[in-house]
Amino acid sequence: MTALLDIDRLTIRTGTTALVRDLSFQIAAGERVGLIGESGSGKSLTALAATGLLPAGLTAQGSVELAGQQVIGRPDHVLDRLRGTAAAIVFQEPLTALDPLMHVGRQVAEPLARRARRDGRSLSGAALEEAVLALLDEVALPDPARIARAYPHELSGGQRQRIAIAMALACRPDLLIADEPTTALDVTTQAEILNLLDRLVRERGMALLFISHDLPVVANTVERVVVLRKGEAVEAGPVSTVFGAPQHDYTRSLLAAARSFDDALEGRA
Amino acid sequence: MSLLRVDDVSFGYARDRRILDAVSLEIAAGDTIGLVGESGSGKTTLLRLLLGLQRPASGSISFEGAPLDPGNGAFMRSFRRQVQVVFQDPYSSLDPRQTVSSIVAEPLRSLRVPGDHAQMVADALTSVGLDRDAGRRYPHQFSGGQRQRIAIARAVVPGPKLLLADEAVSALDLTTRTRIVDLLRRLSAGMSLVFVSHDIGVVAALCRRIVILEKGRIVEAGVTAAVLANPQHPYTQRLLTSVPRLKSKDTSP
Repeated sequence: MTALLDIDRLTIRTGTTALVRDLSFQIAAGERVGLIGESGSGKSLTALAATGLLPAGLTAQGSVELAGQQVIGRPDHVLDRLRGTAAAIVFQEPLTALDPLMHVGRQVAEPLARRARRDGRSLSGAALEEAVLALLDEVALPDPARIARAYPHELSGGQRQRIAIAMALACRPDLLIADEPTTALDVTTQAEILNLLDRLVRERGMALLFISHDLPVVANTVERVVVLRKGEAVEAGPVSTVFGAPQHDYTRSLLAAARSFDDALEGRA
Repeated sequence: MSLLRVDDVSFGYARDRRILDAVSLEIAAGDTIGLVGESGSGKTTLLRLLLGLQRPASGSISFEGAPLDPGNGAFMRSFRRQVQVVFQDPYSSLDPRQTVSSIVAEPLRSLRVPGDHAQMVADALTSVGLDRDAGRRYPHQFSGGQRQRIAIARAVVPGPKLLLADEAVSALDLTTRTRIVDLLRRLSAGMSLVFVSHDIGVVAALCRRIVILEKGRIVEAGVTAAVLANPQHPYTQRLLTSVPRLKSKDTSP
């Protein structure tokens, strides 16, 4: 079976500097994979490259196949068909990802209507409104009818991230890419959003690419991890193997750092 | 003896909405206290009150027994020398146009601290693990962790009795975070520390005492190890269960 996302010797450059070098990994349908790294490791660039969204000035070499189609070098009008349907992204900061001047209900309605058009259906009026409310309900927002009429600034950080997740779900993607989706949130909100993502990914049978610097968060969310350091994968494998018996010094140092706070919380420091 | 004492302090920008509600807190000489809370808990407001940047609406704050009076210039100058602060973002809290030694010397100049400033700056840089050479360079030539070391050097250079840190490691990568926590732990041997953070794990690793804030109220306070081992308030319990742990969910107790 072919992978949903197949990244093969991906190198991303700005000018002559390589920001990501020779990165290869695959995600199969329904699989949950974590991309771990500290700032500057190239994890977000990899997510952007996966959907052909790299900013101008950065060039990608190698191969990125999404749903069997090559992404690198393809023009936007070709990639637009792929985006959303094959993969949708939830970003770190929901306030910048949402349009401040539009009711959040309308922002969720747009991808819903677009997906319906792509499927050769038409979705509008009361049916569209109903679909929006159902989606807001699915991401566990209270009082969907009221929330749908709210602007982003009227919602809390956690509620905004639920809207961003609803927008991604509206695309009905085969792969959900979540780039530090809980980093900007309070820890109690983070726990709720992680539970929500976990439930949605399982219920809908989506694959997940989860990007984070937070090892415990990744450990509890995915099955397999790729550890990135300065643009290179230093280690990859099942969570239990990589976190249980890390092979690379860098992975060990990350784990030791995470464990020091874990131990302090457990009273073992 | 208590260094800084907060007595029944309330604060709000609007009459009907309190940011802080009847907060009392005592910071003893040599103690390390973690103020833990989520967004909107009032932790940053409390820090601003502790710094004398804002006056409480009711209640009082005193430093070494004397009431904190932001209007009293002479008192505040001596207070500033004794109580210093480190902020969250090392990128925005350092002047990009000044050399590091000029940045670190700033409190010595503005507080008119007598003595050999060059030597004091060099000592401060050494104490945070930067080499002497660092003084001639500019902030943009340093990494995030090193910039936070510069900010810490600036805070400790006048020899404060109390260091206040507002989310001082939150913007840093994990491995850098542990190194800065180690540095703060080492420095706290010579001064009191109030560490404001949403990250209860960092507070557990660094602070002897912990204060949990929720919506402007202290819901629980005590010795960190005791509070973590046996949290009493439902909010503390929820905070603790929400923190992701490295070991998988099914094996944790």
